[in-house]
Amino acid sequence: MVRALGARSIRQTFRRPQLLAPIVIFPTLLLAVQTGGAGASIELPGFPPVQSFLQFMLAGAMMQSMMLAGNSGGIAFAVDIEMGFTDRLFAAPIPRFAIVLGRLAGTAALGLFASIWFLAIGLIFGAHIEGGIPGALLAMALVTASALAVGGIGAAIALRTGSASVVQGLFPLVLVVLFLSSAFFPQELMIEPAKTIAEYNPLSFIVEGVREPIIAGIDAAVTLEAVAAIAGIVVLGLVLSSRALKHRLRVG
Amino acid sequence: MAAIEVAALERAFGEVLAVQGIDLEVAEGEIYGFLGPNGAGKTTTVRMLTTLLLPTGGRASVAGHDVVGEARQVRASIGVALQEAALDPLMTGRELIRLQATLQGLPPAAGRERADALLERVDLTGAADRRVGTYSGGMKRRLDLAAALVHEPSVLFLDEPTTGLDPVSRKTIWEEVRDLNDDGTTVFLTTQYLEEADQLADNVGIIDRGRIVAEGTPESLKDEIGDPHVELLISEGEVAEAERVCAEIGRLLPPKDGRRVLVEVENGAADIPRVVRALDEAGIAVESLELVRPTLDDVFVDKTGHHLEKEESGDGDGEPAPA
Repeated sequence: MVRALGARSIRQTFRRPQLLAPIVIFPTLLLAVQTGGAGASIELPGFPPVQSFLQFMLAGAMMQSMMLAGNSGGIAFAVDIEMGFTDRLFAAPIPRFAIVLGRLAGTAALGLFASIWFLAIGLIFGAHIEGGIPGALLAMALVTASALAVGGIGAAIALRTGSASVVQGLFPLVLVVLFLSSAFFPQELMIEPAKTIAEYNPLSFIVEGVREPIIAGIDAAVTLEAVAAIAGIVVLGLVLSSRALKHRLRVG
Repeated sequence: MAAIEVAALERAFGEVLAVQGIDLEVAEGEIYGFLGPNGAGKTTTVRMLTTLLLPTGGRASVAGHDVVGEARQVRASIGVALQEAALDPLMTGRELIRLQATLQGLPPAAGRERADALLERVDLTGAADRRVGTYSGGMKRRLDLAAALVHEPSVLFLDEPTTGLDPVSRKTIWEEVRDLNDDGTTVFLTTQYLEEADQLADNVGIIDRGRIVAEGTPESLKDEIGDPHVELLISEGEVAEAERVCAEIGRLLPPKDGRRVLVEVENGAADIPRVVRALDEAGIAVESLELVRPTLDDVFVDKTGHHLEKEESGDGDGEPAPA
């Protein structure tokens, strides 16, 4: 059931380029601009030891893509609600939360695609994955799991509002949250209050978990912190989705 | 056992009572027509019976299962084709039917076989591998109907299945509904089209502003109204005088527009010469005249004081659109 719905979500995403393009094109362009324009910042005192700014930025690009994937998944879900497709699913004799899980499976697949895309770009343009194949696989797994987690929040918003334009309107907020993390710049070199916000932003823990295997190798403590942050967002997403689903079924 | 039983079913949206304590029963193998204007409560009722919306009062059972306490069993027994054909334009017709089969618990091979058979039944085999977004309105409706039948439900809910379709497509859907009913499927059909209810339904429930105002076979409902009426098209400026004259012959009915006078006549065609003579003596020009036998719209007028057709162009108040 979840597999069939997940397969449909994935197919739908790849057949709707306007959902796929922001996940790939925008972060790639930003990566190119930042790498080209701020490459010398790796010389700053306190910057983590990296081979290149590209190597540092790969994790941030993956996170950006992952967040946009979560937003796109929410938009797609809201479109399903607007066109009545979710009624077809709700009228079937399946556990209704399977409908949400099917949607999240699609979002996770997008996260996996994004991680593979950016790792490939990194390798093509000379970035080295210090953790080797295990490191690359760990990065991919964390990005995929993050997409699932963030997708739960996107699904909750879609279920609650039933409006694709509302979910789409959250896109600027996604970027703000991302810029207030260590996705694009080392937390140690930020100024206040951004530094303190980044310190406690769960996305920072996830970014560091994805970045560490790329720039230094696998670190158990950093990985565990990332997993804990992801788990927290998963729980939040599941709770919000479950409540939003109950609300939608109550008001029709 | 009745296929559908409803007792004091109610649904409120805040202060608005969209469905106000309705009772109805649909026998197995029956086609039940639920007739009413936009905003009457038809879709809200269907959504409650198909477990898409929780009632706020009363109870209902479908195929022997309570819609609240045994919702999953209800969903396993019913097929649903809602007012807006709920189709993903990016899926092909075949993909949609196969997905529906999976959701209904059919094994993959059986689902594929069933999909092929249903696509053939609704004459969509040729378009099965095209995206639904390329289908015409009639094709979408047929696909929606096919998807609702994938698990051979005992009860089929059709919410305004022919709204927006051309006459040919409408007749195709009607034929399909009749065939399904001949196979034993109970059909609960909502419609705002009198002819549809008249043609298809074994029993009709007329709903207005959340209440059932009449129920029975189409013929018995029309017989209740009794007398036919004469419909006169009067020249402009003479309508008021024509109404005065006709009121002395029979009961005036609410007008459909500004130039028609409707007068009930006890003796049918035999009263026409009397009407024509009276208008002629008053110097009133009659542009056209027709003897009209009672229709379901007349039943609606009798019970509610307004026409069903006039309501369709009204403001559609009373039923908030489901979110």
